[in-house]
Amino acid sequence: MSMKSTAIMIVGVGGQGTLLTSRILGHVAVSSGLDAKVSEVHGMSQRGGSVVTYVKMGEKIHSPLIEKGEADVLLCFEQLEALRWIDYAKKDARIIINDQQIDPMPVILGATKYPENIIPKISAEYGNVTVVPALRMAKECGNMKAVNVVMLGVLARQTEFGKEIWLDAIRQNVKPQFVEMNLKAFEAGYAH
Amino acid sequence: MKKLLLGNEAIARGVYEAGATVSSAYPGTPSTEISEYLATYPEIDAEWAPNEKVALEVAIGASYGGARSACAMKHVGLNVAADPLFTAAYTGVNGGLVIFVADDPGMHSSQNEQDTRLVAKAAKIPVLEPADSEECLSYTKEAFKLSEQFDTPVIVRLTTRVAHSQGLVEVGERETYERKPYVKDPGKYVMMPAMAQKRHVIVEKHFTEMAVLAETTIFNRIEAADSDIGVITSGISHQYAKEAFGEVNYLKIGLVHPLPTELIRTFAASVKTLYVIEELEPFIEDHCVRIGVHVAGKAMLPIIGEYSARLLRERIFGDTWEKQNTLTETAPGRPPVMCAGCPHRGLFFILKKLKLTVTGDIGCYTLASLPPLETLDTCVCMGASIGVSHGMEKAMGKDAMRKTVAVIGDSTFMHSGITGLINVVYNKGTSTTIILDNSITGMTGHQENPTTGRTLKGEKTKQVDLVKLCQAIGIDRVRVVDPFNLEETEKAVREEIAAEEPSVIITQRPCALLKTATFKGQLKINKEKCRNCKACKRIGCPAIVDRGDHMEMNIALCVGCHLCKNLCKFDAMEKVGE
Ligand SMILES: Cc1ncc(C[n+]2csc(CCOP(=O)(O)OP(=O)(O)O)c2C)c(N)n1
Repeated sequence: MSMKSTAIMIVGVGGQGTLLTSRILGHVAVSSGLDAKVSEVHGMSQRGGSVVTYVKMGEKIHSPLIEKGEADVLLCFEQLEALRWIDYAKKDARIIINDQQIDPMPVILGATKYPENIIPKISAEYGNVTVVPALRMAKECGNMKAVNVVMLGVLARQTEFGKEIWLDAIRQNVKPQFVEMNLKAFEAGYAH
Repeated sequence: MKKLLLGNEAIARGVYEAGATVSSAYPGTPSTEISEYLATYPEIDAEWAPNEKVALEVAIGASYGGARSACAMKHVGLNVAADPLFTAAYTGVNGGLVIFVADDPGMHSSQNEQDTRLVAKAAKIPVLEPADSEECLSYTKEAFKLSEQFDTPVIVRLTTRVAHSQGLVEVGERETYERKPYVKDPGKYVMMPAMAQKRHVIVEKHFTEMAVLAETTIFNRIEAADSDIGVITSGISHQYAKEAFGEVNYLKIGLVHPLPTELIRTFAASVKTLYVIEELEPFIEDHCVRIGVHVAGKAMLPIIGEYSARLLRERIFGDTWEKQNTLTETAPGRPPVMCAGCPHRGLFFILKKLKLTVTGDIGCYTLASLPPLETLDTCVCMGASIGVSHGMEKAMGKDAMRKTVAVIGDSTFMHSGITGLINVVYNKGTSTTIILDNSITGMTGHQENPTTGRTLKGEKTKQVDLVKLCQAIGIDRVRVVDPFNLEETEKAVREEIAAEEPSVIITQRPCALLKTATFKGQLKINKEKCRNCKACKRIGCPAIVDRGDHMEMNIALCVGCHLCKNLCKFDAMEKVGE
């Protein structure tokens, strides 16, 4: 996939680390000589709400937002969030889904059901879907919180940016004490 | 060198490069990171104040003292700081004074959608509005100069998508700014009627001069194209317009108050159709109408909520969007929730059980108004819980206070709760106030406050003793409980609301996301023992999932607070690995 002009949406649940992922992506774009905008979410929705961050890269970026039918990549940290934001994907978008399920409060309370067969349904409509057992992979790397970097590794493998650029971006964006663990998680995703 | 910076980070960089040495602020999304980034510069004395009013007063003092100084807050913070703001416009400055105010169109994390430009206009304060991170830095540096040139505080207005977007920024060197000497000048700094009457004349004169500057300033620029369409924009709306309209003529306004007149008239005359694209209030549009320029604006675009390029295409060009899949299932909503292990959960479980009226406040605990706790009755603004409960007592009588409590977080109590509590004592109220002390300002992402014992820079400092503070203002009944000890908490609440005198309960336990939080080990639900009575569900923990025929623990979320264990009559909650 060419990264010349690319709109990437990262969707997940507050607390899953979408922010770090988007920052690393932005870093990768800029160190490859592209213009980039990264739109983050802070505040209320970080408390377990639905969270979406946008990363746009290309020659010149104006709006930081990505709109319906515009995303080249939909990086989904959770199944239900994949379903929620699916309309934002282009028909030929690369869709990468962590198969993890986190029940939202209405489901926990039994007020509504968690939709069934999300991944098969999305796969039937979109040709370019990758499913990742990211939670299990992160656990194997020694930290359940590394789901975000595992997912990044999976995406990295499908881009034209050199691997060294990614590793460098991770080193520059995570706290020194977590670098090693995150590199391990990235490698796991990259090998997936 | 160009770097990818968050809008708020670029603001901080601009403050640094302008040679400023003092900053005071109170956190509030989407402005908080400005101060957090400022704190990383050793040259800048950056602090958290207990509220925005104090923060602005500190910045004003620093300016009088000759330093370039900064102050940051969210839009509603400006209401709290309005009193010093309106009169600082009269006194003017010594060192440059810039106030960063972040609006939240769409209310991602706010209780209202007010437009700072209108407040600034009422206060007679000039406003600059950047459209991306690059302008965040350059406008900030210019704002300090403008402040000194026209002897006035300057507001830099941000919106969520500018404050919280990263973009490329050319960073520069720090300017050496020589602190100006402080010279006693009561005619300028003491605002009594005789002095203020003279200063008001000067304010009006400066505004007339700034309006002249607005015609030629680099902040207001025309981007010409071969088209008969013209678009007037400012801030983030400029980015959306660029995507929606493409190659047309733009008048991008950077100095949004005061606005230019001749520049707009000339621009209008050069095009056939003229649009004004601005989120929230018709601020620029109203000005156009007043100067006799016909524009299309709010007649087709909303006053409510955020804009986007798509919204502009739909409303202006009638474009429609076609769904590209046949997935019709709607995804269940995912409202924010109190985290697993949140110390607030224990208290609200008890308040719900006792069926109390709960006057609320702003913080993570406001989430208790959502299912399944649904315990909060009111939430107006920071600090309101105590005044509102006292008002209810005045209206409904003492008996009402036997089933009412006010709840307020530690940071919010410092912000503006203490005055409400003094009022209760002073005016012979009998209400009960519960201070939820989780040792941090939680909702805005963990900022220190006067009760935590640390400063913005992470240095150790004196810690407000909440018990002594409450006692000192005349509350004789003050007690401290652990909100995870449900029995103790229930007993305390029952006894304090029963007492016919003002009382305070302080629930003390650190926020679950803090390093100092301690837990007892993750739990799992033993299927053999679980009778599916669903009692554990009532606390609304995101880790406990109802599978219909059984309850399940989500191990990825459980932190091991064991609150649910208290509710299980069948001993089904067991430690993982035992
Ligand atoms: C005037 C004003 N300033 C700032 C904010 C942003 N804000 C919302 S909640 C909050 C602090 C909450 O901290 P605390 O009271 O300690 O409760 P916690 O979230 O820790 O439970 C702040 C600063 C606001 N809503 N209004």
